[in-house]
Amino acid sequence: MNVLACVKRVPNTGAKIVLTDDNQRIDASNLGFTMSPHEECAIEEAIQQVEAHGGSAHVLTLGPEDATEQLRTGLAMQADEATLLETDGAEWGPRATADAIANAVRDLADDGTEFDLLLFGTESADAANYQVGVRVARKLGRPCVTGIKSLDVEDGTAIAGREVSGGEEIYEVDLPAVVTVKEGINEPRYASMRAKMQARKQELDHLEPAGAAGGGTFEKVRLEAPETDDSAAEVLGDGPDAVPEIVEVLESEVEVL
Amino acid sequence: MILAFVEHESGLPDEVSLEALSLARSLATAEGTELAAAVFGDEGAALADELGAYGVEEVHHVTHDDLEGYAPEAWGESVAQLADDLEAGTVVVPGTDRGHEVAAHAGATLDAPMAANCVAVDVGDDGAYELERHRWGGSLLEHARLEGERKLVSAAKHEFPVEAADEETDPTVVTFSPSLEAEHLRVRVDRVESGDEEGIPLGEARVVVGGGRGVGGPDDYDQLEELADLLGGTVGASRAAINEGWRPHDDQVGQTGAKISPDIYIACGISGAVQHMVGCKGSETILAINTDPEAAIIQKADWAVVGDLHEVVPELNDAIRERT
Amino acid sequence: MSDDEFPERAETVIIGAGIVGNSLAYHLAKQGREDILLMDKGPLPDPGGSTGHASNFLMPVDHSKEMTHLTQRSIEQYDDMDTFTNSGGIEVARTDERMAELERRVQSAKAWGEPGELLSVEEIEEMVPYVNTDIIKGGFYSPGAGTCDPLRAGEVMRARADDAIDGGLTVSPNTEVLDMHVENGEIRAVETDRGTVEAGEVVIAAGLWSPKIAEMAGVEIPLTPAVHQMVSVGPISFFEDYEGEISFPVVRDMDTQMYERQHGNDLEVGSYQHRPILWDVDDVPSIEESPLSPTQPPLTDDAFEQSMEDALEIVPELLDDPQAGVRHEIDGLLSVTPDGMPLLGPLQDVDGLWSCAAVWIKEAPAIGEAVAQWMTRGWSEIDLHGSDVNRFYQYGTSEEFVKNRAHEGFQKIYGIVHPSEQWQSSRPLRTSPFYNRQDDLGARFFEAAGWERPQWFESNEDLVRKYNAELDGLLRGNEWDSRWWSPIILGEHLHMREHVGMIGDMGFGKFDFVGSDVVDYLETMAVGRVDVDVGKTVYTPILAENGGFVSDLTMARLGPDHYRVITGGAAAGADRAWFGSHIPDDADVTMIDRTESLCTLGVWGPDAREVVQSVTEEDMSHEAFPPYSAQEITVGEVDAWAMRLSYVGELGWEIYAPMGQGQRLWDTIAEAGEAYDIRPVGMGVYGTTGRMEKGYRLHGHELELEYTPAEAGLTFHGVKDADFIGKEAYAEAIEEENAATLCTLSVDDHASESGERRFMLGNEPILDESGEVIVDDHGRESYVTSAGTGPSVGKHLLMAYLPPEYAQEGQHLQVEYMGDQYPVTVEVAGSRPLFDPENERIRS
Repeated sequence: MNVLACVKRVPNTGAKIVLTDDNQRIDASNLGFTMSPHEECAIEEAIQQVEAHGGSAHVLTLGPEDATEQLRTGLAMQADEATLLETDGAEWGPRATADAIANAVRDLADDGTEFDLLLFGTESADAANYQVGVRVARKLGRPCVTGIKSLDVEDGTAIAGREVSGGEEIYEVDLPAVVTVKEGINEPRYASMRAKMQARKQELDHLEPAGAAGGGTFEKVRLEAPETDDSAAEVLGDGPDAVPEIVEVLESEVEVL
Repeated sequence: MILAFVEHESGLPDEVSLEALSLARSLATAEGTELAAAVFGDEGAALADELGAYGVEEVHHVTHDDLEGYAPEAWGESVAQLADDLEAGTVVVPGTDRGHEVAAHAGATLDAPMAANCVAVDVGDDGAYELERHRWGGSLLEHARLEGERKLVSAAKHEFPVEAADEETDPTVVTFSPSLEAEHLRVRVDRVESGDEEGIPLGEARVVVGGGRGVGGPDDYDQLEELADLLGGTVGASRAAINEGWRPHDDQVGQTGAKISPDIYIACGISGAVQHMVGCKGSETILAINTDPEAAIIQKADWAVVGDLHEVVPELNDAIRERT
Repeated sequence: MSDDEFPERAETVIIGAGIVGNSLAYHLAKQGREDILLMDKGPLPDPGGSTGHASNFLMPVDHSKEMTHLTQRSIEQYDDMDTFTNSGGIEVARTDERMAELERRVQSAKAWGEPGELLSVEEIEEMVPYVNTDIIKGGFYSPGAGTCDPLRAGEVMRARADDAIDGGLTVSPNTEVLDMHVENGEIRAVETDRGTVEAGEVVIAAGLWSPKIAEMAGVEIPLTPAVHQMVSVGPISFFEDYEGEISFPVVRDMDTQMYERQHGNDLEVGSYQHRPILWDVDDVPSIEESPLSPTQPPLTDDAFEQSMEDALEIVPELLDDPQAGVRHEIDGLLSVTPDGMPLLGPLQDVDGLWSCAAVWIKEAPAIGEAVAQWMTRGWSEIDLHGSDVNRFYQYGTSEEFVKNRAHEGFQKIYGIVHPSEQWQSSRPLRTSPFYNRQDDLGARFFEAAGWERPQWFESNEDLVRKYNAELDGLLRGNEWDSRWWSPIILGEHLHMREHVGMIGDMGFGKFDFVGSDVVDYLETMAVGRVDVDVGKTVYTPILAENGGFVSDLTMARLGPDHYRVITGGAAAGADRAWFGSHIPDDADVTMIDRTESLCTLGVWGPDAREVVQSVTEEDMSHEAFPPYSAQEITVGEVDAWAMRLSYVGELGWEIYAPMGQGQRLWDTIAEAGEAYDIRPVGMGVYGTTGRMEKGYRLHGHELELEYTPAEAGLTFHGVKDADFIGKEAYAEAIEEENAATLCTLSVDDHASESGERRFMLGNEPILDESGEVIVDDHGRESYVTSAGTGPSVGKHLLMAYLPPEYAQEGQHLQVEYMGDQYPVTVEVAGSRPLFDPENERIRS
C-alpha cells in the first residue's frame, strides 16, 4: 500500500505573532518553521500504515525550496520518499493548491506510483481553509473522510473514526481514498539522530506545480494581528476557600464534571 | 438568495448554526435578497417553526431515499444542487467540523470559492464580500475578498451573536430531492461507537493533573491521582519532579516528555518553566494551583488558585465526591 | 517577599532574575544590603534567558585559576541549596595531542586544588559503559563535577535573601526596563513599564540583553549572543533502570567540541563545534513571540550535521535506541565576550552602575557572591581581575570587535589553547607611532589591551648565533614549549644587558591627576608616600581594604598639584575605574586620561646614557638625572618627558612623547644608537626575561587580591602616617608571619621521563618532595605565577608563593608539568633580584 502525506510549511509561532511591515505575512525571521500537528500525525499515520501493510510512505508539500526542511522532517520520521511542488514562495490559495496536488498525484501515478491513501491534516496551521483534502478527493474522484482520529485499513477498506460528542462516528470507505486527520490519531515519533542525519542527505523529487483556482475569487488582502489578551489568570481565590469556584469551573466552563 | 445550512439535533437547531444564520440574515439584508435554510434528516421539517424567529423565509428539507444518516459528500452535493436550483449567491455554514466538510464538498461541486471561519462579512459596493476570517486558530485575522456567482462562507464559532429577526417569518417548508449517484453516497457514518476513557495515555487525556516540585515527594501524588480519577483523567509531572525520582520518566509533561492537549490541565505546584510550558501549551484551559502568585504558570493559566496544593487538592477531592 | 507593589525607591536594583540576579540578591542581602528590588522582564522562575536552557553541568577544572575557583565555590553553593548532583565528569581524548592537553588538565586541577586524574580507556568503559571506547585514547576524570538546577537554586536564593533581610527583598517579574536615569555621572533611577524606581545602585545582570540596558545609561557591556547547539534524545531504554536525573558522569568529547550527558531518560548532546552563529541582540524575539523562549531559537540543522555524526560515533548504542528520537533541539543563545571571560564590576563613567554579565551557570552563584562582596566592601575573596568589565575600556567595546573576537573565541571553547596564543581578528587595532618602524624590522606582534606590541624582532636573529654559548641549555626543543616563543628573545635580552636596547610601546595606562586636593587623594590610594618632591617617582602597591592587591603602579610628581600615574595596559581600564570611583565628591581632583595621547619608548642598557645624551639638550648624567626621578627633556626635535627607572633592571629611561611625534622619537634614538648597535627589543624581554631575573612582580600573576604586599615582598615603603585604603590590613600583614612568601625558583633538571627537555610556561603546581601539592595555611595552593628564562643567570626561572617551611633559599622542591615532575630549587625567598641584586646597573 502506498500512502502519501501532504503537509504545509508554516512559521513556528509563539503566543504573539508579529507581521511583516506590509501585513502580508508573518515575520518569521527569528522563529523557524514547522508544520501543523495534524500534518505531523498524517506523516506518522502514513508510516505506520506502511509498516503494517507494506508499500511505501511518501511526503509531499507545495511551497518554496525551503520547504524541503519539512519534507526532510518526514524522511527523518522514516518516510521513504519526498516530493516538493516548488513555488516561488507566494501564497497559494486552497483551490489552486488542491488542483496542484491532484495533478501531482496523477503525474506520480503516471510515473508508476499509485497512492492507495492520501493523508492530509484536517486544516493547515496557518490558513485553516478546511477544504484542500476534500477538493483533492473530488478532483481525483476518490472518497474522502475528514477530521479522523482513528484509522485502520483492512482488505482494501479504510475504517476511519471521527470524534463526536459521546463517541466516535465510524466510516468505512474503499481505497483509494483521501483521509484528513486530526492530532491525537497517533503520537508522531521523534526522528532518531541517525535518521535525521540520513534524511539530510536524501535526494528529493522536485516538481513544477500546476494548479488553477477555478471560478470566482478568494484572495487575501492583508493580515491583522488582533490585540491579544495576555492578562494573567483569573484568580479564583486563596487556598481551600477557592474550592467551590474550582468546582464551578470544572462543571460549567470546562464541563468535565 | 442566501442559503444557510442548519444543523440540528432532533429538530432543535444547533447553536453555531443559529449564529451562522444570523450572519446569513445580515448578508440577505445587505444584498436585499431572501434567506433560505437547508436542513437534513427526518426531523428537519420540524425546524421550520424555530427558524422563523431568525427571518428564514424558506426551509428546504433535503430528502432522498438513500440518504439516511450523515453522508458528507452527498450532503455537500445536495447543498450544491440546491444552491444552483435557488440561484443562491452564497451558502453560509456553521464553523463546525460538519459545516466545513459539507461546505468543502459543495464548493468542490460548484467549483466555488470558500472562506472558512469568518468573523465579519461586509458586502462591498461591487457586490464582492470584504471579510475577516480567523487564521492561526484566531491568533491572526485575515482580511480577504470573496466573490463569485456562487460562494461559501462559514461562520466562526461563537463570533456572531444569535439574534432573532426584527420581524418573525413564517417559513414555507419545501422538500428538495437531490439527484445523487452511488458515488456521492459511498462515504457515510457506518456506526457510532461510545468512547472508552479508561487508561488514557497523557497525550490523549481530556483532563491532566500535573504535579511539580511543589508536591514535595512521591507519596503526595496520591492526592493528585485521586483528583485525576474523579475527573476521568491522568496524572503528569514536571521534569523537576521526575529528576527528583518522584515519578517515572514516562509521566513527564514537557519538551522532552509528553505533549498534552486536554480540555483542562490542572497544574499543581508547578512553576511553569519553559520546558514544561511547551508540553502543555496544547491544553484548552489551564488551572494553576500554586503558592506563588507571580509564578510563570499563573501568567499562562486561565484560572489560578493561590495556595498550597496539599490543602486545596484534598478539599477539592472531597467536594467533587460529595457532588456525586 | 512582597510582589504586588512596585516600589518608588530601592537601595539596590538588580536587573535580571536569572541565576546571576538571584545570586546577587541573596549575597547582597547577606552582605547587609537591606532594601533590594530584583526585576526581570520575564516571569519566574524562568524569565526566558540562558538560565532556562543550559545543560546545567559543572566541570570545575579550567586552566584559569579564577574560573576554577569560581566554579568550585558555585558547586559548594548549589550543593548547600540541595540543587547539585555529583555525577563526576570525564573529558575524553581522541588524539595524542589531546592526551597531552589532558595531562595539562591534571596539572591545572592540582594547581587550583581540585581533584582530577587521568583515566585509561578501560576505566572509562567501566564508568560510562555507553561510550565507544574504540575511538578514544583516554580521559581526564573530574570527580567533583556534577549537575545543578539553576531555576530551583534561584528560588532558594530568593527565599534566603528575603529571610536574611526580613522581607527587604522585592521581586518584580514581568517588568521591563524602559530607560536608565543618569545625572551628573551617577545612576539615579530605573524606569520600567511598572513605574520608575529611584535607586542608590543598579546591577545589570540581564544576560545577553545587558548591552541594551547599559546603552540606556550611555555605557557599554561588550558581549554578543552566540548559539550553542543542543539536542535532547530520548526516551533511552538504557536509562530506564536508573532513577533521577543523572547516574553517569558527564562526558565531554573534547576533540569534537561536544558533550553528552544523561538527563533523566534522555541524553543531552551539546556542541561548540559548529560554525559560530552570532546574533544581534535586537533580533532576539520577545518572550511572547517565542515558540520556546527568546534564547531558544530553532536549531540551525545544517550547522549541526557534523555534530550528529560525531555524537553517533561516540555514543552509538544510546542514540540508536529504536525508541529514542530527537525530542528537543535548539540553538541555545548564551553570552560570549571578546575573550570568553565574564564582564563584572563597576561601569566606568556612571557611578553606582555595575555589570554582572556573560556569566554561565557553572560560575554564577560564586560570581553573585564575589560581586556582592565587591559592591559592599570593595573587594572579593576570589580575585576577579580576569573578568573585570573594564578590561576592554577604550578599545574593545565596538560591536565589530566583539563579534570578531566572539567568532574567533567560540572555536576555542573546547580547544587546546596555548597560554600565549594570540588573537587573529580585529588586528592591528591599537598601534603606537612606532608600529610601522617595528613592522619593517620584522616585529612579531603580540596584543595586550588591544595594543600591538613586538614580542621579538626577526631582524635580531643574528643575536642567537652571537650568544650561542650563553644560550646553551636554554633553547626549547619541544613544540608546545616553544610555540609563541623565540630564542631571539634571549638574544635580545643578552644584547640589551651588554649594549643597549629600545623597547616600546608598552601600552601603559597613563592618567594625570591635577587639583588642590590631589596629594591627599593620592595618599589615600597608595601604600607608598606620595607627598614627595616634584620630579620624584613612587612605585607603589594599590590595595583594597583587605590588604590585597588592586594594582601596582608608578606615580610621578610633575608639579605641586600634578601627578602622573602609569600603570600596566591590561589593568588600565580597571585602575581607571578604581581611581575614578574613589575621588571624593567634594575634592578638587581631576583625572585626565593621557593613555591615547602619549607614547612610551624605553632605552635601556649600559650604553643607554651615551645614546640618549647624544640627542638630548639636557644633561642626562647620573647627578643631573638621578635614578627614580623624572624630568622634561628634548630629544632631537621632540619635547618629551622621561623617568629614569627600569623594569628590566638596566640604566636608562622611559621616554614619553606626544603620539604624533613618536615616530620621530624612534628614528632619533635609533639613529643615535647606531654607533652602539642599539637593537629594538621586544616585550619578551620586558615582560618576562628581564623582569624575572630582577624578581619584578606582575599584576594578575604575582599580585592579586588574594595576596598581600608582605607576602609579595613589597613592604619597602613601611607603614606611612597618612591613611590609605587597606592600611590596617597591610600593617597587620607586616606584623604577622606570612602564610606564604613569593619566591624565585630555578629548574634544576629539564629532562622529562622520556628524556626531552621541557620548559614550564606558568600555572604549574609546586609539589613537596613527596609529590604532594604544597598548600599554605590559608588553603592556597603553591603554583607557578610566572615562568621565564633568565639568560643572564643561565636558568629557567619560576615564581611561586611558598609557605614558610618551604620559602627557604636552597630548598629543593618539584614542579609538575605535562604529567612529569621536575626538581626545582628556591633561589630567592622574597623580592631580592637574582640578577644584579644591589641594582648597581639602574643606579650607575
